[in-house]
Amino acid sequence: MTDLQLQNIRTEFPILKETVYKKDLIYFDNGATTQKPQCVIDRISWGYEHMNANIHRGVHYLSQMATEAHEDARTYVANFLGAAKREEIIFTRGTTEAINLIAFSFGEAFCNEGDEIVVSVMEHHSNIVPWQMLCERKKLKLKVIPINDNGELDLEVFKSLLNENTKLVAIAHVSNVLGTINPISDIISISHKQNIPVLVDGAQAVAHIKVDVQTMDADFYVFSGHKIYGPTGIGALYGKEKWLNQLPPYQGGGEMIATVSFENTTYNELPYKFEAGTPDYIGSTALAEALKYIDKLGIENIANYEHELLAYCTERLSEIEDVRIIGNAKEKSAVVSFLIGQIHPYDIGMLLDKLGIAVRTGHHCAQPLIDSLCISGTVRASFGMYNTKAEIDIFIAALKKVVTMLS
Amino acid sequence: MTINDLQDEIIEEFSMFDDWMDKYALLIDLGNTLEPLDTQYKAPQNIIEGCQSRVWLHAELIDGNVVYYGESDAVLVKGIVSLLIKVLSNHTPDEIINTDLFFIEQIGLREHLSPTRSNGLLAMVKQMKMFALAYKAKA
Repeated sequence: MTDLQLQNIRTEFPILKETVYKKDLIYFDNGATTQKPQCVIDRISWGYEHMNANIHRGVHYLSQMATEAHEDARTYVANFLGAAKREEIIFTRGTTEAINLIAFSFGEAFCNEGDEIVVSVMEHHSNIVPWQMLCERKKLKLKVIPINDNGELDLEVFKSLLNENTKLVAIAHVSNVLGTINPISDIISISHKQNIPVLVDGAQAVAHIKVDVQTMDADFYVFSGHKIYGPTGIGALYGKEKWLNQLPPYQGGGEMIATVSFENTTYNELPYKFEAGTPDYIGSTALAEALKYIDKLGIENIANYEHELLAYCTERLSEIEDVRIIGNAKEKSAVVSFLIGQIHPYDIGMLLDKLGIAVRTGHHCAQPLIDSLCISGTVRASFGMYNTKAEIDIFIAALKKVVTMLS
Repeated sequence: MTINDLQDEIIEEFSMFDDWMDKYALLIDLGNTLEPLDTQYKAPQNIIEGCQSRVWLHAELIDGNVVYYGESDAVLVKGIVSLLIKVLSNHTPDEIINTDLFFIEQIGLREHLSPTRSNGLLAMVKQMKMFALAYKAKA
């Protein structure tokens, strides 16, 4: 990305002009949520101003318009992920709801006592707890893939965990703490050799690296809109048609039915079978707008630029004495987790905040991972397409000041 | 001194600083000089678990007054723990139960006590009052 492109991008995100405690905001908490470009914000207002009517049922003009926009958004998401069919995209509230949907519906259809689900130690709680709940409900076992010292999955152990009882592998595409980009294609091909489907948690991936669900051959791929410059409360589940058709609905209600009587209710076809209640058509259309924005810039360009930021930040962090980077995988996304000496992450985060720099501290909703590393948490800087090397310079200077104060 | 006198004293001390970093430097200083909690009290039953940092709290009743001891793994939190102990320690259970901790808001540290901050401090204030209530019930 050229300097000029970067300047343009920054002007398109109104929140970047904010000041906090009279300091220019430096937002390095993109792993938690990303900021929104003006086009996404405008699309939400425009939707309510010009396109608001409940979809799929109305005979009137506005309803038709909203329905078309929602369905166009579905097509856009399908193309963005490289799905074979638009019906393979289910809108959800986000990654968490999408995983819960599969944990429930897949569990109902295919899991019985004694079966096993495989996750990894680096999963976000959202890709652990729904499976634990399934395990409890159906008396299954949860198996966990460990990591090596660099924060990469141990694929040999992974292979040894798979057996005839394994029903599904659920794995993060990118770790929200370590930044590790997992070898998803390898994991999927290993699993598929034993006919085990794979769910990929793409929450930390979609905004940062190219995703193609058909190339990687994922059975399920899930992500959240708000982590890819879109609105909160909307996300998507991609599922291969052959799987989704075999799964029972997750929630019952409007939209997901074909016919209802007190004797017998039949369910709608894909994708509507999984979209009970009024869909968030304002959210879906704004999400599509965010994806268009990404496509305009090119995800490869964004990935290359963020990789530069990652390398620069990693290099500059090494200037600080006793700094310890948590997660040194060869394939890494723009996330830097670190610790400095014995200083508590909370202290660093609080002081950086007062200097206008937003980072995340703590266990990042991945307690099992943090426990396995025998630490109490980390400070995490996670970058987005609008961050700059100049911001990293300010961040490093602030960090040096903070360390002096706390030492 | 009454609890309110002590609160006023802290407010005055913090009012000398306009800059956030100076206020935090004072808090760090308070944290670093807080007497470490006796290891026997750094036990699981004394932990107040927060999402971000941990706080240990222990209380004793000495001559009718509650005396608090506490610690945290984060130094800023320890600084606030030190302030809470300074304000509440050595007062009767009744005085503690009925107190309004206005100094936290006034010195601009309210954010540390917001439920979303989850650093264990809000729970600590509750626990301090619980100790006082328990001693009152025993009396």
